[in-house]
Amino acid sequence: MSTGTESDFVYFLYDLATYLLNGITQGSVYALVALGYTMVYGIIKLINFAHGEFYMIGAFIGFFCIRSGMPLWMAFPCAMIGSGMVAVIIERIVYRPIRYAGRIPALITALGTSLFFQYFGQNTLGADPKAFPKVTDFENKTYQFGELFVSTNQIVIISTTFILMVFLYWLVNHTRTGKAMRATSFDKNAAELMGIDTNKIISFTFFVGASLAGAAGVLVGMYYNTVEPMMGLIPGLKAFVAAVLGGIGIIPGAVLGGLVLGIAENLVVGFWVSTYRDAIAFGILILILLLKPAGLLGKNRKEKV
Amino acid sequence: MKAMTKLIPLIAVFAALAMFSQGCKKEESKTMTEAPAAKAALSATEIVLGAVFPMTGPIATYGQESVNGMKMALKKIGDIKGKKIRLIVEDNKGEPNESANAVRKLIDIDKVHAIVGSVASSNTLAGAPIAQQSKVPLMTPASTNETVTQTGDYISRTCFTDAFQGVVMAKFAYETLGKKKAVIIVDNSSDYSKGLASVFTKKFKELGGTIVDGSFTYVQKDTDFRSLLRKVKREGPDVIWLPGYYTEVGLMLNQARQMGINLPFLGGDGWDSPKLQELAGAEGIKGNYISSHFSPDDVDPAVQGFVKEYVDTYGQKPGAMAALGYDGVLVMADALKRAPTMDHAGIRDALNSTKDFIGITGSITIDENRNARKAAVVLETTAKGMKFKQKVNP
Repeated sequence: MSTGTESDFVYFLYDLATYLLNGITQGSVYALVALGYTMVYGIIKLINFAHGEFYMIGAFIGFFCIRSGMPLWMAFPCAMIGSGMVAVIIERIVYRPIRYAGRIPALITALGTSLFFQYFGQNTLGADPKAFPKVTDFENKTYQFGELFVSTNQIVIISTTFILMVFLYWLVNHTRTGKAMRATSFDKNAAELMGIDTNKIISFTFFVGASLAGAAGVLVGMYYNTVEPMMGLIPGLKAFVAAVLGGIGIIPGAVLGGLVLGIAENLVVGFWVSTYRDAIAFGILILILLLKPAGLLGKNRKEKV
Repeated sequence: MKAMTKLIPLIAVFAALAMFSQGCKKEESKTMTEAPAAKAALSATEIVLGAVFPMTGPIATYGQESVNGMKMALKKIGDIKGKKIRLIVEDNKGEPNESANAVRKLIDIDKVHAIVGSVASSNTLAGAPIAQQSKVPLMTPASTNETVTQTGDYISRTCFTDAFQGVVMAKFAYETLGKKKAVIIVDNSSDYSKGLASVFTKKFKELGGTIVDGSFTYVQKDTDFRSLLRKVKREGPDVIWLPGYYTEVGLMLNQARQMGINLPFLGGDGWDSPKLQELAGAEGIKGNYISSHFSPDDVDPAVQGFVKEYVDTYGQKPGAMAALGYDGVLVMADALKRAPTMDHAGIRDALNSTKDFIGITGSITIDENRNARKAAVVLETTAKGMKFKQKVNP
């Protein structure tokens, strides 16, 4: 009897490890997308609902680059720069003209931009899901550790996310541009008085946020072997939730929020009923926000009167 | 005010882009602009056929294949009783609410004689009550859920139902493959999937097999099934019944092989799309079986003629939906020719009395429940396409 329970326990550990691994992989993707949400919100207080579409655009740029025979190490930066450029253009022609019109018009405009890209994409690229081309030989390879299966794609996603986050940390905290970003976020007018070109900094923030989303898009394209124009919708929403969960405007918060959401979802699917996946994930969000309205890492600041 | 003047060029840009994107749309959606001439009854100079299909969205290849097949059939038919047939295709994006809107629009604005569509049962079920209420015949070429035709006497279908398809696959699993323990993974957002799951459960148990208890579900547009598959694996089944649609199924097969699951997955006609091979990958697709309506490998000269013409026209092999769309329109045309009066009731009567119509998906007789009794084929999924395995007569 004891051996039975023992092996049950070992199986339980393997189960747990599998769910955690899947959760961290999915959470890394949410985190990459959530970073863009949180950075843009941090700097101009705009909830950019079109952010999920930058993720989709990145995935498609990666798709077309790789399909035309480009190696991954070239296609990947191309997708990042490409979706970053699209974001800069969108910021310039869509968000900047209404920056002072108030928050609600900006929010509605962001929603409109999001829908525009989704349906424009369906029209021009076709609505059917497309299989992501094979990138390298290592793709789809799995390593087995006892009962735990780790695919190379999972390793690639987790490590790429980690590298990009370290890079972002360095960019924001240890460069002049990063300093300017933080200054603009803290007080835009004062930053301008100090000689910072805030328009440029805002554009740059959009660029960085969207290129991270673009990177996530390519990674997901490889991971799930599929891209389609509506693919940004759900991850975009989940990433928004992750950003709020961690404390919107706070960069480490986005990462933490993404990982918490990804792991929570997979644990619910694994140990409970998958039907409840989103219900539980969003229940956690509500619970955390009830206890800590500013998010996990947010500081509760009193509104100045 | 200043903000307003700044907004105007912005709106203009959007309007221009929107128009551009509209211009790219396929010709069938142009009918939106043609307002009805009067609130009069049906057109006397032409026959207006409405079609509701998922031209975009997660099951888009079904809509596209069906409409391809329908257009091929229309070309073959030509005029009926000296009247031209005009086909109006509405895109329901694979979503029930869009289907309901599309049916409403076809009836109220386009004044159609009859409606063909849709493919996914959930979508057809959303539109059927509207057609029934307005007393407009709606015939689905491909929705297999039992309840679809129970909506009323104006709703019929030219394909078999899940009660048949599920039994075919349960028997195949138990008798042909010799499998005894099944896990069922259900698409919770689909009536089709839930219907097939319960039919399979009943038959498989009746034969003597066991079904693992527990809820293994996902919803349309999910992409990550790894944790769900892990749970399935722990139950130690020897076969997995997965009555879903190809987009999610493709991803799931791909991930299952990466998770070390090398069991056969069985599915229904929801898998039958050329996309499945692409999405599942060479490893994922191997060694699974589905039931479907038609096999392009069928040696019947009529089928081969159809396959050849389809390949010549569209540059790819037809799937089951193309064949069903083709047959559906032919049955409709046959009914229109026989209809005593060219109003909705007349067309309904003619449709419902269809008997022994020989189509490429088999002989079609619409029975008293307005379902077609037809043979099913079991296909093996391989990296090179679906391979014919056996034919099962009702």
